[in-house]
Amino acid sequence: MPAGLLGIEELDRSEIEAILARAKDFQPLQSQSLKKLDTLRGKMIVNLFYEASTRTRTSFEIAAKRLSADAVSITASGSSVTKGESLVDTLNTLAAMRPDAIVMRHAASGAPHFLARHLPTPIINAGDGTHEHPTQALLDARTILDRRPSLEGLRVAIIGDIAHSRVARSNVHLLSKFGAEIVLCGPASLLPVELKELAPGVRLTTDITEAIRDADVIMMLRVQLERQHEAAFPASEYFRFYGLQLEHLDLARPDAIVMHPGPINRGRELSSEVADFQRSVILNQVENGIAVRMAVLERVIG
Amino acid sequence: MDLLIRHGRVIDPASDTDRVADVHIADGRVAAVAPDLSAPGAEVFDAAGLIVAPGFIDMHVHLREPGFEHAETIESGSRAAAAGGFTSIACMPNTRPANDSATVTSYIVERARRAAVVNVFPIGAITKNSAGEELAAIGAMKAAGAVAISDDGLPVMNARVMRRAMEFAKSYDLPIIQHCEDLNLSAGGDMNEGAPSVRWGLRGIPAASEDVMVARDLLLAELTGARYHVAHISTRRAVAMVEYARNAGLPITAEATPHHFALSDDRMRPYDSNYKMKPPLRQSCDAAVVADGLARGVISAIATDHAPHPGSEKMQEFERCPFGIIGLETALGLALDELVHPGKIPLRRLVELFTTGPESVLRLGRGTLAPSAPGDVTIFSTDLAWTYDVNQSFSRSRNSPFDGRTFRGGPVATVVAGQIVWKR
Repeated sequence: MPAGLLGIEELDRSEIEAILARAKDFQPLQSQSLKKLDTLRGKMIVNLFYEASTRTRTSFEIAAKRLSADAVSITASGSSVTKGESLVDTLNTLAAMRPDAIVMRHAASGAPHFLARHLPTPIINAGDGTHEHPTQALLDARTILDRRPSLEGLRVAIIGDIAHSRVARSNVHLLSKFGAEIVLCGPASLLPVELKELAPGVRLTTDITEAIRDADVIMMLRVQLERQHEAAFPASEYFRFYGLQLEHLDLARPDAIVMHPGPINRGRELSSEVADFQRSVILNQVENGIAVRMAVLERVIG
Repeated sequence: MDLLIRHGRVIDPASDTDRVADVHIADGRVAAVAPDLSAPGAEVFDAAGLIVAPGFIDMHVHLREPGFEHAETIESGSRAAAAGGFTSIACMPNTRPANDSATVTSYIVERARRAAVVNVFPIGAITKNSAGEELAAIGAMKAAGAVAISDDGLPVMNARVMRRAMEFAKSYDLPIIQHCEDLNLSAGGDMNEGAPSVRWGLRGIPAASEDVMVARDLLLAELTGARYHVAHISTRRAVAMVEYARNAGLPITAEATPHHFALSDDRMRPYDSNYKMKPPLRQSCDAAVVADGLARGVISAIATDHAPHPGSEKMQEFERCPFGIIGLETALGLALDELVHPGKIPLRRLVELFTTGPESVLRLGRGTLAPSAPGDVTIFSTDLAWTYDVNQSFSRSRNSPFDGRTFRGGPVATVVAGQIVWKR
């Protein structure tokens, strides 16, 4: 199997540390007027997005361009998918054009893992179904580490639709590898008990106040209505029981930060005041996304 | 021509036989089982060091003909059966058109007579087009050769329809075979609901979806007195409920597939559709209870649920792939490896699970080497080392999780009506 980046679960600490350290090197570049490096000149990256995405796709494209790689973006609606071509055939066709890596987002969990067994080209997972979103967890870790010396012993509350969240799974794997305490919180129908077995150091609660108490980091998740196949929780009640509001933040550590992978829904999973709160680092996450993805691209094809 | 199978260890549970003897088959039927037989002019097969058993019966296969001949045909499926040591197979009605009428039943019987190398027994649908609404022509299908009824894969969700089906099946003295799955509970699921499904972000099929259907049907079976058979039982609670019903004296039977005692959800290769079937691979504790149920007689038969699908359907995103794996050629090897060699069951019990067990449900008049019984014999080894290469399979499909697995023991020759139809 070519070395791409399929998930956080299979990475070890040193690999993650190397990516995060390299991302830190790329951070100053983001605010320079001349942002381009020569590192990947002549390399070709295909961004293949089978699911709607604004930030991740743009972020990968910009990351590729800042490293001087050529990037082609394909969305499923404008491709041969609509002509009935199978995923394997589409990917084989793209692989025959000899890109150096394929960045892929797909609604089916495991789609990149399945393809990696059949393709010579490294695949970078930009989110597969409800499984993993490795670059999101890496940029989240980068964002936390910009404000804390280490992840060890940090209390991280992840709140929302955990069952359908690839962001939650990737973050659990990453944070657990570095010894963080993780509290997963959501309504019982979106919080399968088996999540406890995902990684060491994971606790579950259905009570948002318990999740937030003494937290260093609060990660809010979007309610993924498009992945729920029936009403797992009455939509009208969600904000009341699981929406993050300013008064909740009094329970957390005084310097606690609020994160969200986006896109945010003000008034659904967090109040507008929380979104604009001074310790909300949502836009820092977006900015770090480019630095982290540059580090990943460099590592996979550099 | 006569056939004389010499010097094998004959294990025939039906006649309580376990000794080294010769088996003489004349005119397609068992003529004699005794040491040192002489049969001048007979073809001789030397079975020294091998087990000679009544022909194995697989009561649950999908032959895909008519309608899905790109996946399997009656001929190719029967050849795979022969290579797996099976001399009789019962085929499920989910063909296109579904086997819900005497016309389709007769077509299968006729195609099998021309093309199959083993005995093929059709199973009729319970409801028209297996839609779960209107009962199929059960009596006419029985007259045409159907040996049981089932809406396998499309369980009868309406309890009232199931009750009526049981009443009809009883009046025709046919067993009713149910694929136990509450479709509302399992909807959208791709694998067993548990730690691996949560880890891999795949939607789960809870064990409860099987258990509630078994519970409902056992109550209906008690109400109607029907002979009721649980197909491919996979959960520990379903096994417990079947045991309870059998202890209560109800005519309840169950079968288990080799994959449900040999594999579990924690041993799947992630996102590999060759591990995707219904019921899904359950937890390892369920697999252990299934093995125990086979050992203790709660589960009467091993059946493969041989379910061919072409590569074009199985080479997709996991959630898009159809359910099912092929299993005819690996069943005996798995039963030896997983049940006999570890000492969970004696060899005699293994033979029962492939012969008298399914025979007790389907009543084919087979599964024994008693004099004048059909001359169907399975000759197998308990220590032959061999490796399964799915690309050499007689099946038209290649969807097996056991490709490349090395087995200790497996079929050596398969005899149908006195003819050697396959040998290693």
